[in-house]
Formats: sequence, C-alpha cells, structure tokens
Amino acid sequence: MISEDKNKYVIFKLGSDFYGIDVNNVLSIERVGRITRIPNSPEYVLGLMNLRGDVIPVVDLRLKLRLDTSDINKNTRVIITKENESTVGLLVDSSSEVVEIDKDNIDKPPSSGSDNEILKYIDGIGKSSNRLIILLSLKKILN
Amino acid sequence: MDIDLKQYIGLFVEEAKEHLQSMNDALLNLEKDKDNLSHVNEIFRGSHTLKGMSGTMGFVNMSNLTHQMENVLDEVRNGRISLNEKIIDILFTCFDVLGDMVNYIAAYGQEKESDNSELIEELQKVIRENKPAEPDEQRVEEAVEFDNYVLNIIRKAKAEGLNGYKIQINLSPSCMLKSARAFIIFNLLESVGNIVYSNPSADDIEDEKFDFSFTIAVITSLSKEELLEKLNQVSEIEKIEVELIDVEENANEVINYDKKNTNSSQIISEIKTPKKESSKVGKTVRVDIDRLDNLMNLVSELIIIKTRLEDLSSNSNMKEMEDTLEYLERITTSLHDSVMKVRMVPVERVFNRFPRMVRDLSKELNKKVNFIIHGENTEVDRTVIDEIGDPLIHLIRNSMDHGIEKPEERIKLGKAEEGNLTLKAYPDGNSVVIEISDDGRGIDFERVREKAIEKGIYTMEEMDKLTVNDLKNVLFEPGFSTSENVNEISGRGVGLDVVKNKIESINGSVELETEKNKGTRFTIRIPLTLAIIEALLVKVMDETYAIPISSINEIVLIDKRDIKNLHGQDIILYRGNTIPIVRLDRAMGLESGASMDEYTAVVVKKGNKQAALIVTGLVGQQEIVIKPLGKFLSSNKMFSGATILGNGSISLIINVNSLL
Repeated sequence: MISEDKNKYVIFKLGSDFYGIDVNNVLSIERVGRITRIPNSPEYVLGLMNLRGDVIPVVDLRLKLRLDTSDINKNTRVIITKENESTVGLLVDSSSEVVEIDKDNIDKPPSSGSDNEILKYIDGIGKSSNRLIILLSLKKILN
Repeated sequence: MDIDLKQYIGLFVEEAKEHLQSMNDALLNLEKDKDNLSHVNEIFRGSHTLKGMSGTMGFVNMSNLTHQMENVLDEVRNGRISLNEKIIDILFTCFDVLGDMVNYIAAYGQEKESDNSELIEELQKVIRENKPAEPDEQRVEEAVEFDNYVLNIIRKAKAEGLNGYKIQINLSPSCMLKSARAFIIFNLLESVGNIVYSNPSADDIEDEKFDFSFTIAVITSLSKEELLEKLNQVSEIEKIEVELIDVEENANEVINYDKKNTNSSQIISEIKTPKKESSKVGKTVRVDIDRLDNLMNLVSELIIIKTRLEDLSSNSNMKEMEDTLEYLERITTSLHDSVMKVRMVPVERVFNRFPRMVRDLSKELNKKVNFIIHGENTEVDRTVIDEIGDPLIHLIRNSMDHGIEKPEERIKLGKAEEGNLTLKAYPDGNSVVIEISDDGRGIDFERVREKAIEKGIYTMEEMDKLTVNDLKNVLFEPGFSTSENVNEISGRGVGLDVVKNKIESINGSVELETEKNKGTRFTIRIPLTLAIIEALLVKVMDETYAIPISSINEIVLIDKRDIKNLHGQDIILYRGNTIPIVRLDRAMGLESGASMDEYTAVVVKKGNKQAALIVTGLVGQQEIVIKPLGKFLSSNKMFSGATILGNGSISLIINVNSLL
C-alpha cells in the first residue's frame, strides 16, 4: 500500500528551481560527455551522446522548457530516461537526490490560463522539506 | 487465467507457430504423396502437442479444435478414412484458423471468443461420412490383413525355413502400464525373431493408443509351442493366440493392397529409439533478441576501446604493449565474428511459408506448379530477414500469375504441364543472393512498350530510343503492371517498384533476366547484415559523417568553372548527365566554407537518381556498426542512423535518399 501513497522522484535543478521526474522513468544519471550535433533537428535537441556503446539523443531541458540557457559546467548532468521504448537523455544543471513525496503533498498543477510553456509539461507540484518541486511528465516532454 | 501461466505465453506462441509450420509442411508433402503415413503421423503428433499445450494454457477453443483434428487424423492413419482433397483442404483451413488463434493470443494474451463450430462440424462430418459403421471391438480383428510387403517377407522367410506367426495378445484389464508391457513383449519377440507387422502401429502402442489387445506378425525359427512358452513368461497377459500364417492361402488376398503399415521395420525401430528427436532439440537455446543486441553492443564497444588503446600504444613505443594489443585484436575480432554468427538466422524462416502460399495460389489460378526450394539453410542477419519476406512474396506471386502459363497453354507450347518455380538462396562473399526463377512465358517486351506508353510513363518517341535493358528498368517504374486484368494475386497498383524500393532500402539490388517462352529470373542481392556496413567517412567543416559505400558511385574533383546554375540549383555535367550538386555544409546547417577552385564531391546514387555531394574532405573507408537513432528522432529523415568511431565520438550516417 505504501507504493500507492508515496511516489519517488529524481530531483534536479534548473537555475534555482527544483524539478522532479518519476524514478521509474530514470535509468541512470551521467556526466556530460562529448555530444554530436544533429543537423535538421529542433533546437532543444542537443545531439547524440555515446553511453557505453549506445547512442542516446540528449535534450536540453532548459531550451525545451523555454528557460534561459546556461553553460555546461562540472555540475551539469544528463539524466537518462526511458519512456515508451524511447531512451532520451535530459540535460540538467545538477542532480543529486531521490525523494519520496506523499500523494497528499502533491498539488494539482496551476490551471492553464497563462501562456507559460512549462505548464504544458507539469504533472503537479510536490512539497518536500520546505521545497517546492515541479513534477514533470516525461511523456508530455518527449511527445 | 493464472498469472503464473501468462509468463509462458511468449513461449507458447513461439512453439505453437513452430508446430503449425511443421504441420503445414507435412500436409503439403502429404498432398503430393498421399500414401505416406509418416506425414500423417507428423501432423498427428503436431496437433496432439498443440492440444496438450493449449489445454495447459487454458485455451479451450484451440484445444477443442485440435482434438477434433486429432480424431480425423487418427482415422486416417489407421486407414479407416482414406485421404482426399477435401480432407486436406479442411485441414489447411484448420491450420489457418489455428494460426489466427495463435496470433490473437500473441497480441492480446488471451483466446479469441470463437468456438469454430463450423469447422469442427466439418471435421466431424468427415468422420461420419467416411467411416464405415462398425463396432469398435472388431477393430483389431478386422484390420489384420497383411499387405503384400509383409506377405512377401513371410514368403521369403518360409523359403529359408523360418515361420511366420500371427500373434494376438490380450493384456489383462488390470494392467497399469500397457505400453511398457507391450514393449516387453516386443523386446522378447525381437530376441527370438523379427517383427514384421503390428496393429495398432508401434507408435500407437507406445502412446498407449490401444485398448488391451494388439496383433503382431513375427518371423522366427521357433515353433508355435516354443513361442507360446516364451510369451507365457510375461505377466499381466490375459490371452495369447498364436497362429501360423499360411502364405499360400493369403496370396489371393493381397490384391487388397494397403500401404498403411508398410514400413513395419521402420515402425519397429521407432519404438526402440522413441526420443531421438528431442535430444537434437535440446542442443539449441532460445535467447531473447534484446539480449543478443545487448551483447552486440558490448562487443562493438570493446572494439572501439581496443582501437583507442591502439592509438595510445602507437605513441608509447612499448614492445610488450604492442604484443598484448595484437592478441587483444585477434580475440575481439573472433568475438565479433561469433556474435555476428549468433545473430544469423537461416532464410528458411522466411521461405517456409511459401510452399503453402504456392499451393493455394496454384489452386486459385488453376495452374500446376512444382515449387522447388534450394539453400534454405543460407544464413543472414536477423535484421535482414524481416525485410525480405514481402518482396519475395511479391515476386513469387508475380511468377505464378504472369509467368507460369495455364496447363493447356503449356502443353500447346510443348512444355511440361507442370510449371517449375524455383527459389534458391546462396551466400556470395559479403552478400546473400536469392533467385526466383520460373519456366513460364517470360516477359513480353512488346507489351511492356505498349503498356508504358498507355500508362503515360513514356512517350512514343522516348520509347523508340529505349534498349531492352532500359525496358527492364521500366518494369520497376512506379505504377507499372503488365497483368491483363487486375486480380487478387497481383496487379493491385503496386508493382515491382515496391520490391525494388524495399530491397534497395536494405542496400540490396534486384536484377532481371528473361527470355520469351523460356522463363524469367529475378536475382536479389542483399547484404549479410544491416548492423555493419562499409562506409566512407567524410569531413564537413569539422564534423564527420558517414556515407554508405553501397550508395556511392565515385569520388570526383569538380572544377569551380564546371558548376552551372539552373533556376537556383547548382548542377554539373557528369558522364553525360546533368546532376544536382548538394553542398553538405549548407545541408547540415553550417556556414559554407571558403570558395575554392576545386571541390571534392562524392557522387551518390539511388535508383536512377544521382547527386554530387560536396564535402570538405575525405577521412577514409571503414566498416561501421550502425546504431539506430531511436524513436525520439525518427522524424529526422536526413540520417539513417549513427555510428561510434574509434575515438568514441559519434558520427551520423547520411541517408542519401533524403538528399536526392
């Protein structure tokens, strides 16, 4: 019964905000390696990364969510995710923890109305140790 | 259904498909050779296994249908129903229905709600109509009429001073292990003579498919009394009757020639080694394809790391290091070869559905076709096998429909009534060749000419200039079909162009040879694998891209002054043709490089189209391992995949099609 009430999320940062995605979608968290640009693809597709012999497309999450870009530094991570047979890496500022959030502590996303791009991809807002965590839907991001 | 059983569905589906395939094969053979009981037995075994499997899984409808099939087959192999076209057709229908059921189970994990009552009714009708009304008890006595073969043996034996006996044995009703008891008796008789006949067959006895009695004919030097004495040592026997077979008396009856139990010696040997087949099966292992892909990935990674090590060692000048690396090189190469071999599957996997298709088509078209398959053991990578099925189906249908004539027409032409259709596969270097040839009417190029003009593919003037070779290419043009009338088999608007496109999409080629009234041969050449291709690596500014060698014509230097501009498109005269120029730097969204007097261009082709791709430089030719781009990037048609280079960086593979 615990699994129904509590959900685990991988938490990462973009700028000063905390975001989370369902731990079940996450395969691993990697440092940024060499990335090969893919011509003719959307701007937010950063390119291809060699993950131990597998070729993985990497999405710059900041660009996808229409946030300001930032440089890649030693804290930058790629979260390798899997959703419906497609494996995609998400470039994030930093990522370090997995937290459990009670269902009761997850609020519905603010109803649409504002034109904020980010709202399209939000599943809910979670509260954990006084932080607000924006819970993203991987499905919506990748489609 | 229990959760427990769900995990076996994959296995069930695969095994069921295998059984259905071998049943189909056996039935096809049986159709040609109706007296051969071994085919009936094979089909019987198949449906028996299917019945058991589906029963275990709780697929009631499937097990019902197979049960009814089993009943009919049992009657057939015991000679109580003689096989005819109708029964064979019904059985084929049953196989199709079973195939559908299996596919449904594969897709939905449960059985389709359909009780196939009509089909079952037909099966029951077969039994009712063909079976003479007779009480079951008489079954054994009735059937004891020896055929020519047995009688001949006995006659010969008699000449040598041996005696043939008919032995009827009734086991006691309390006997628990009937077949074991029978086996003891068989063994005992074998030790004193030769068993030449048994009813029910040794197979049935082994499967306990008899009540309590069976009849054996044995040739031995022993007397009747001695034989009885031997047999009396076996317990749990209720009654033994031994009777000397009088060959002369029987000689007249042999006209009632019945092949059903001909191969007694074979049947006997089967009881001795009943599990021969299963030992062979035990030597293979089913492996999930994902695991193989994973293994392949790891091997590719190993090769990349090895290349990197080699780069490092070339700077270090360490003799020992070089030796070790050389050894590593050899191991990785053979590891790579082995993994590739594991991924290979015989083309049989695709070929085995064709005999059935040819049979159905020949019935439909009223043509007689002798279908021959050669080289079904030729192996190709599993990535290729999925791609060749449709083109082959198309070509076979074509040959059946347009190539091979109706029997009357063939006789008129002085050909055998039965047409020949041959499917042949063989490896040739790094590719596999598949030939489909028929001895039909060949392609009438006059009609091709007319048709091409009629369909507006070419004008009369253009057509006059075309050679026979050009006309062959016309056949592969979209929307071309020479069939007189559109029918179910071919000529549905899709033609050879589809075949050609499909084959070319896997870097293969199609050739055509034809001679009027002699026949037509299509030769398909496909690469052994799609996972590894030979590619040219080129530099576009500072990025590296791969172009498959199979789509490259040649590499040329283009003088700046030769480039002409036509309506904003740069073109160049290349071997008498004007072909478009594609500047890869621009195509890749990069700033174009400095204007130069001379450009390096890679001339690529796809079908009849060509283009010159201007690159910054050439890196070299090498074998690359293709990695798919995955679903997320599937909308990008410019690249057909990516590959990992020796230094670990990724290079995209250009899909030449998208640039033409």
